[in-house]
Amino acid sequence: MTSAAVAGPAEFAPWKDPAQTPLIRFEGVTKRFGDFTAIDNVDLTIYRKEFFALLGPSGCGKTTLMRMLAGFETASEGRITIGGQDMNGIPPNRREVNMMFQSYALFPHLSVWDNIAFGLKRSAMPKDQIPDRVHEMLRLTRLEQFARRKPHQISGGQRQRVALARALAKAPKLLLLDEPLGALDAKLRQQTQFELMDIQEKTETTFVIVTHDQEEAMTVASRVAVMNDGKVIQVDTPARIYETPNSVYVADFIGDVNLIEGNVALKPDGLASLAWAEGAPEIIATAGEGLKDGARAGFVIRPEKVAISAERPEDRNNVVRGRILDIAYLGNISTYHVELPGGQVIKAQTVNNRRLSRRGFTWQDEVWLSWTDTAGLVLAG
Amino acid sequence: MRRFSWFNATSLTLGFAFLYVPMIILVVYSFNESRLVTVWAGFSTRWYGELLRDQAFLDAAWVTVRVAFVSSTIATVLGTMAAYVLVRGGKFMGRTLFSGMIYAPLVMPEVITGLSLLLLFISIGLDRGIFTIILAHTTFSMCYVSVVVSSRLVSFDRSVEEAALDLGCTPFDAFRSVTLPLIAPAVIAGWLLAFTLSLDDLVIASFTAGPSATTLPIKIFSSVRMGVSPEINALSTILIGIVTVGVVTASLVSKRRIVQRERDEKMAGQTA
Ligand SMILES: Nc1ncnc2c1ncn2[C@@H]1O[C@H](COP(=O)(O)OP(=O)(O)O)[C@@H](O)[C@H]1O
Ligand SMILES: [Mg+2]
Repeated sequence: MTSAAVAGPAEFAPWKDPAQTPLIRFEGVTKRFGDFTAIDNVDLTIYRKEFFALLGPSGCGKTTLMRMLAGFETASEGRITIGGQDMNGIPPNRREVNMMFQSYALFPHLSVWDNIAFGLKRSAMPKDQIPDRVHEMLRLTRLEQFARRKPHQISGGQRQRVALARALAKAPKLLLLDEPLGALDAKLRQQTQFELMDIQEKTETTFVIVTHDQEEAMTVASRVAVMNDGKVIQVDTPARIYETPNSVYVADFIGDVNLIEGNVALKPDGLASLAWAEGAPEIIATAGEGLKDGARAGFVIRPEKVAISAERPEDRNNVVRGRILDIAYLGNISTYHVELPGGQVIKAQTVNNRRLSRRGFTWQDEVWLSWTDTAGLVLAG
Repeated sequence: MRRFSWFNATSLTLGFAFLYVPMIILVVYSFNESRLVTVWAGFSTRWYGELLRDQAFLDAAWVTVRVAFVSSTIATVLGTMAAYVLVRGGKFMGRTLFSGMIYAPLVMPEVITGLSLLLLFISIGLDRGIFTIILAHTTFSMCYVSVVVSSRLVSFDRSVEEAALDLGCTPFDAFRSVTLPLIAPAVIAGWLLAFTLSLDDLVIASFTAGPSATTLPIKIFSSVRMGVSPEINALSTILIGIVTVGVVTASLVSKRRIVQRERDEKMAGQTA
C-alpha cells in the first residue's frame, strides 16, 4: 500500500499550506431544479493532485456537483473556478476536465481502440502521435489484447477500464469519476481501488470521485467531503473524519458508532458532560464544535474504544453496567452488544488475541463497559 | 413440448388462408392466357410482356419510385431533426403542444390531409405535378419518421452523448459521430416506412397529382374502375415479389446480427 502513504497527510497536505492556490473553488454554489434545491450554498476547495472523494447517501447531490464541474449543469447561484478561471458559460467540450460516467457511457459502435482515441482525435494532438498515446493507455489499463473488440464483446470489469482509459487519454487537469466501481463485485472492487490510486499517482491527475461507499472513500481519498441533502457537512482527511467527526450525522455515516442522546453541560479543558438517563452518572467526553450549554446533543463513541471487563474499572469516570445480548465473532475481532438497564444497546469491540476457549464472556453475562474522557465526542445535532 | 392439437392446426390454416388466399388467386391469374380474369385458359407470361410495353404504366411506376425516394429522404431528414429537438431540446415554450401535434397527422383522415394540401397548392398558385406529390408525401410521412426516431431517442442512454461532449465534441459533432450511428437503425426503419407509405398512397396522391404526373396506385385504381385486366394482376404479382424479397432479406440480416451478438457476448463472458 505505497500509494496510501503518499496520500497521507505527512507528505501531501496542500490544504494546510496557505501558499497553495486550489485547483477548484466552489464559492456559495447553489443549484436548483425548479423549486427543488439539489445543491445548497456549497463552499469547497480542491487542490492539484488530490484524490478527493464526495461521499453521501443516494440523492444528496454528489452527481449534480460533479456535473457542474464537467459543464453539464450551471450553478443557479455562486461561482465555480477551475485553475482560477470562472467556469460559468464554458461548455463541456472546452474544459480540461474529463469524466468517467457511472454507466461508463462507452460508444457501443466503436472498438475499444476507437473509444480511447475518440477524445484525442478531437484534441490538438498531431495525428501521428495518437496511436502511441492510445497504446500507452491500453498498457496502463492492461487492455492491449482487447483493442479491436467492441464494448459488448468484453466483460464488465474490462469495460470499466476502457471508460477509465478513455477519460485519462487526454491527460485532463481534472478527472471526475462518478461511482466508477459501483458495478463491480467486492473483490474486484477492492483490487480496482488500488489500481485507481496507482494510476492517479502515476499520472499526477487531480481525481474527484463520487461514492456512497464510505470504505471506498476512506481507502482511496486524500480528503473526503461528507454530504447530506445538498450540503457539505464536513471536509477532511479520512482519518480525521473518522476520529473527529463534526456532527452526529458524519459520525454515524462513517463506520460503526454508538450514539447516546442527552442534555449537554460544558466543562473546562474542552470537555462536556452529558446527562442521558435518570440516575445514571453523566458521561464525560471531548466537546465537539459549536456545542451550546444546555442543548440536546449526542455522545458518539466507536465500539473499539469501549472497554469491556468483568470487574468495575477504578480509574475511569465513564463506567456503565450492562448485560451481554449478543456476540458477533468475526475472527480477528469480536463485537459485544451490551444492553444497559435503560434499554440502550452499546457495542464494544475487542481484538481476539486470546484463544477462543479462553474468551472471557458469554451471553447474558453482567459486564462493565468503560471508556476514557477523550475516547468519545459530544456533538451537536 | 405441447402436442400439436387439431384445434391449433385448424386455426392456423384458417388464419393463413384468410390472409393469403386472395393473393394466391391474384398471382395464379396473372399467368392466365385468357383476357377474362375469371376463366382459366392455360399458363402464359403474356401479360408481363404487355405490361412492359405499356408506356403509361412504366411512366407511372417511374414517377412513383422517384416520389417515394425523394419524399422519404426529405421526410427522414426533417423527421429526425424534429424528433431530436423534441426529445433532446430541453424545455421550451409549447414543447408539449409540439410533441402532441407531431402525432396529429397520423390519425388525421387522409382525405382531409389531401384536401387541405390541395387547397394550399391552389391558393399559392403551385401547378400540380410530381413536385406537389413529393411535398405532400414528405409532409405526412415526416410524422411517422419522427415517431419512430423519437422512440429510439427516448430509450437511449443520454450519457453516451454527454461523454462525446466531455471528450471535446461540439454538439453537432456529437450528433454526427455518436447519436446518428446509434439511432441509425431507427432512422433507416423510418426511411423504409416513409418509402412504403409513399409507394402505396392513393388518396393524398390523387388530390395532389396533376395531369403531368400520375403515380402507380392512381393508375391501377383508375384502370381497375374500367374492369380488372390481367395486366394489373401481373403488375401486382411483381409488387408482391419485390415486397417478399425485401422482407425476407431484412429478417435474415437482423437474424444474423442477433446470432453474431449472442456469440460476442458469450466470448465476453469467457474472457471476464
Ligand atoms: N435534471 C434534474 N432535474 C430535476 N431534479 C434533478 C435533476 N438532476 C438531479 N435531480 C435531483 O437532485 C437530487 C440530487 O441528485 P444527484 O446529484 O443525482 O444525487 P446523487 O448523485 O448524490 O445520488 C436528487 O433528488 C435528484 O432527484
Ligand atoms: Mg449519482
